[in-house]
Amino acid sequence: MGNKPHIIIVDDEEIVRTSLSSWLIEDGYDVVAVASGKQAIEELHKCHCDLMLVDLKMPEMDGLELMKEVKKFLPDMPIIIMTAYATVDTAVKAIKEGAFDYLMKPFDPEEISITIKKIIKQQMLEQENLYLRKELSKQFQFHQLYSKNKKMQEIFELIKTVAKTDVTVLIHGETGTGKELIARAIHAESSRKDKPFIAVSCASLTETLLESELFGHEKGAFTGAATMAKGMFEMADKGTIFLDEIGDISPKLQMDLLRVLETKEIVRIGSSLPIPVDVRVIAATNKDLLKAIEKGTFREDLYYRLNVITIDIPPLRERPEDIPLLVEHMIERVNLETGKSVKRVSEDAMALLIQYKWPGNIRELKNVIERSVVLAKDNVITVNEVGPCVSRGIKDPESVKDMSLESVEKNHIARVLNDNNWNISISAQILGIDRTTLYNKIKKYNLQQNSN
Amino acid sequence: MTYIYLQPYNGCDNNIIDEIAKRLMNTINIDVKILPSIEEPVYAFDPVRNQYHSTKILSYIVGNHNNSALRTIGIIGVDLFIPILTYVFGEAQLDGKAAIVSGARLKQEYYGLKPDKKLYIERLFKEVMHELGHTFGLTHCELPHCVMHLSNNVAGIDKKTSNFCENHREQFIKRLKELEREYGK
Repeated sequence: MGNKPHIIIVDDEEIVRTSLSSWLIEDGYDVVAVASGKQAIEELHKCHCDLMLVDLKMPEMDGLELMKEVKKFLPDMPIIIMTAYATVDTAVKAIKEGAFDYLMKPFDPEEISITIKKIIKQQMLEQENLYLRKELSKQFQFHQLYSKNKKMQEIFELIKTVAKTDVTVLIHGETGTGKELIARAIHAESSRKDKPFIAVSCASLTETLLESELFGHEKGAFTGAATMAKGMFEMADKGTIFLDEIGDISPKLQMDLLRVLETKEIVRIGSSLPIPVDVRVIAATNKDLLKAIEKGTFREDLYYRLNVITIDIPPLRERPEDIPLLVEHMIERVNLETGKSVKRVSEDAMALLIQYKWPGNIRELKNVIERSVVLAKDNVITVNEVGPCVSRGIKDPESVKDMSLESVEKNHIARVLNDNNWNISISAQILGIDRTTLYNKIKKYNLQQNSN
Repeated sequence: MTYIYLQPYNGCDNNIIDEIAKRLMNTINIDVKILPSIEEPVYAFDPVRNQYHSTKILSYIVGNHNNSALRTIGIIGVDLFIPILTYVFGEAQLDGKAAIVSGARLKQEYYGLKPDKKLYIERLFKEVMHELGHTFGLTHCELPHCVMHLSNNVAGIDKKTSNFCENHREQFIKRLKELEREYGK
């Protein structure tokens, strides 16, 4: 048996507090009864609570205000609003603002008992669901890579196989698909895992600098070479070197690299002494190297040396099923980094994320999520946060084929408003509706002008 | 020798109270003594709700509890409420001196049905056991057959048995032994 569910009763009437708490204690709950919203918030900061029973009419902070405050830091807290003067209006308002239920005093013992049991059961199911989802997502995690896509799962299997050998691997994928993470996974799966993993971005350095970076230099080898320096190949000895953007290296370096791959020796600049190195080489590119060979900008013999095993990473647009999984992990990470506690992405916003074509792949998704977590209100990422980043990608009618009419309308209105700086007259004109209708739609879909 | 008091209110059928006392002794193996009936508690009557405030009655019983007895269980014929609930079948001090049980809603005639004395005694006995259990510190039980299972209607009372489940029986006996040690001093 787990611990007793903990309930907080908030009511300014002492008689209600005592009679309700003694009844709930008999029913096996842990109960704390307080007289005001302020005390309730203090109590929530002190201890865990599974459910709150809150009186609607209280001096200072009323039940709905308290609920709003609580939802700011505990968005999933189930709250039952209690009142002696029930009206349809207040009931609708309470439910709309997030109350789990609305009960009229005095309660029918059966009704209150069933409602509380329903909430506790639902919470247990939610916790179980969370646990199972975490367990399930572990199945889709391979080192720092997350995917349930079939092609990616095959890549994970391939990584496990190639990691056992020392063969050279060429990773091909669009920018932002996580080529370095694949390389790191190969290294981590291999017997070299306790030795260095060194990543070099070949495109970011000039030919001479890159040569010196890769192979090192002797003292006085060139102007400014005041001391001897080991290159990346030497530093990666017994480990793995990851050469990113290999398609961008010069013909001279291509030749040098080919020599290293063939002889397993490097020669520092300014020296003629070959130094043996035991390094596994993983190269990556977003370019079509076969085309570069045709054009004569890439050596065919180096290509075949590198291309013992090729891993082709599918772009994110070809694996939309991975977006919810990736988003969940990214939110978790950004929450940790920023101290925020964003819980989820609204359905509409997730639909937008799934339909967007992601030209910048996972890196772009990561940026959008980081920005959205920071801007999110009430711990939920909505269309208001992701819309401005991804709406330009939703032009293809195919991309909205699985969306409801309402979602398409909401997104379209939000996009037109954002594109026109929320100028109602212009937006209404573009949408072909009058201003009143536009105002009504804004209200209906709860659209808000984004600060960005 | 330790014992429990039953405190009937005017209007209760003496034969039924005798029957409850007898069944109680057989079930929990403690001596049960019946106090003389007392007046209906006018002080607890709420004219707006046309019911009696059970907490006020309970306070009275607690205040008049004779410490020579382990517990005092009041039995009353009128309908009871606590301010937050529309009605209660009874109320007890959790791990305290006393409890009160109402027979009003346990009678078939309350629901427009033909009187059934046997069924009424059965229900009343279950509610006395339930509230007595609370005075021994027992809380509600998940098991539907245990007398400590929460019943908010007579159908629920009819479904459960008049005895504790194994776990609650153990708790009851443990608390009884502790009390007997205290009273033995």
